[in-house]
Amino acid sequence: MTAVAAPAARTAARARQARPALPTGRKTRWGAANLVVVAWTLFPIWWLVALAFKDPTTLGDGSFWPNKWSWTSFSTIFHGSAFVQPLINSIVIGVISTVISVVLATMAAYAVARLKFPGKGVLIGVSLMIAMFPAISLVNPMFNIERAIGLFNTWPGLIIPYLAFSLPLAIYTLSAFFREIPWDLEKAAKVDGASQRQIFMTVIAPLALPGIATTAILVFMFCWNDFIFAISLTSTNAARTAPAAMGFFTGVSQFTFPIGNVAAAAVIITIPIVLFVLFFQRRIIAGMTSGAVKG
Amino acid sequence: MTTVAPRAPAELTRIERRRLSAATRAERRFGWLLCAPAVIVMAAVAFYPIGYAIYLSLQRYDFRFPQLTRFVGLSNYGVVLSSGIWWHAFVVTLIITVVSVAVELVLGMTFAMLLHYTPLWRALVRTSILIPYGIVTVAAAFSWQYAWTPGTGYLASLLPAGSAPLTSQVQAIGLIILAEIWKTTPFMTLLLLAGLSLVPDELLRAAKVDGASGWQRFTQVMLPLMKPAILVALLFRTLDAFRIFDNIFILTRGNNGTGSVSIIGYDNLFTALNLGIGSTISVLIFIAVAIIAVIFIKGFGTAAPGTALERR
Repeated sequence: MTAVAAPAARTAARARQARPALPTGRKTRWGAANLVVVAWTLFPIWWLVALAFKDPTTLGDGSFWPNKWSWTSFSTIFHGSAFVQPLINSIVIGVISTVISVVLATMAAYAVARLKFPGKGVLIGVSLMIAMFPAISLVNPMFNIERAIGLFNTWPGLIIPYLAFSLPLAIYTLSAFFREIPWDLEKAAKVDGASQRQIFMTVIAPLALPGIATTAILVFMFCWNDFIFAISLTSTNAARTAPAAMGFFTGVSQFTFPIGNVAAAAVIITIPIVLFVLFFQRRIIAGMTSGAVKG
Repeated sequence: MTTVAPRAPAELTRIERRRLSAATRAERRFGWLLCAPAVIVMAAVAFYPIGYAIYLSLQRYDFRFPQLTRFVGLSNYGVVLSSGIWWHAFVVTLIITVVSVAVELVLGMTFAMLLHYTPLWRALVRTSILIPYGIVTVAAAFSWQYAWTPGTGYLASLLPAGSAPLTSQVQAIGLIILAEIWKTTPFMTLLLLAGLSLVPDELLRAAKVDGASGWQRFTQVMLPLMKPAILVALLFRTLDAFRIFDNIFILTRGNNGTGSVSIIGYDNLFTALNLGIGSTISVLIFIAVAIIAVIFIKGFGTAAPGTALERR
């Protein structure tokens, strides 16, 4: 049923003309193959969940299934600020970066997809180059620049590199969406005497909302995932994000965090990702492939 | 008077042209205006630091001896390029890149075929395959680290007693590759799936009617048609794999000869506190990535993403 409802036209068409009754043998084989893929993608996640819910005394039993369930690890990390503050940093930095990045990218992507102006090719080339930049190449100079201008270990100090690295991704994804909006609408608005600005605000932007939402999800996931900038451009929990704080839970700092706590923290930062994937599965796939394949 | 009459149409077109060019100029200005903020941010955060990194790489700049900072020309490059540490990390990075991308291509193609043709549970498989793509790399890396740690991990307990795979160089690199493959195969899969859905069903049916076997249809109809999608996926993944950092940082911290070029770049700044050498490594990684991109785009004819946008 869900397969038939798929908007991806070709897939849906194929599913509709598909065999009315699937022979049991083929069904079992496909089912088994699917199960292998699902198990492969989910077993490391399950292992984190199992570790997080194990009672601290049973953490060393190496069992795939918690023998004694407990909330201890979760209540530990939510007491005190060692994890709570980085989690707040992650959320705030992620949301602010996403909003700014999507606004700037919407403007640029509209221009790329709809307007003729010299320098468009340069803009596309430049953002392509940035998408390929190795993050570590920017870490060394950024570290020095941010210390000099007082951005080191602050929220803006992370938001700014996240903007630069998410903009190429956002511009590609959005311009692919913009190109799918019919030209006629714009022409009609022009005939009615609307200005370029009015066309953008009242015709294009509302139609592009699904694309904008998709891009926002991808950009947020990018910021949420970053580790290298987060450990290099921060020094305390004032700005350290959750993955960075987890990286320093172990060994690097003077006190070593128990495994259960790290696992619980990993489970917490995975929850938003799972929610996004569950609710916006189709959008995420459309967004991540549009810029790369169709563009 | 008679001389004026023939000029009338020309004048009309000139007025028209002027009106047109006014509209064109307005469109240009609006285009630049819309792009300006994004361009400024990208230039300020990506291009200025790269230039600054090149400048720093020409300096002796050690945080322990800041008073000795001075211009030393290319000698930092000489130091890095003649050091065993750089070349070791470079080879480790190349091995990780080549092996993981090769395995991902095969695995990703298999998954893409499965997702494309499976008659049941399509939504479930798609959803579960997106989880590794979306999950924070550090979170997944901790899962693998604990799984392979003797005493706590279920995977370590499957190995012969006394083995600690993350402390041996070859095994640890294997496990880093495994973690990388798990995390990024979904990306490859979905890019290939998008390429696969562009292969017309009629062509495949026609090939079947002509008596082509399943394997022949795959290699002689599907693969050639999917070549652009495959090359783009390979380009993205190769560049990404070459920058590997998070998985290694969590799994081994680069110990026992498992450090990638990004790891030694980080260590030279934050452990050795040498900004000059760290910047030199940064610039060298940048050059390596640029060479990979040029090989793919010029050598293999990969359509650089975005060129289609440019053409319209």
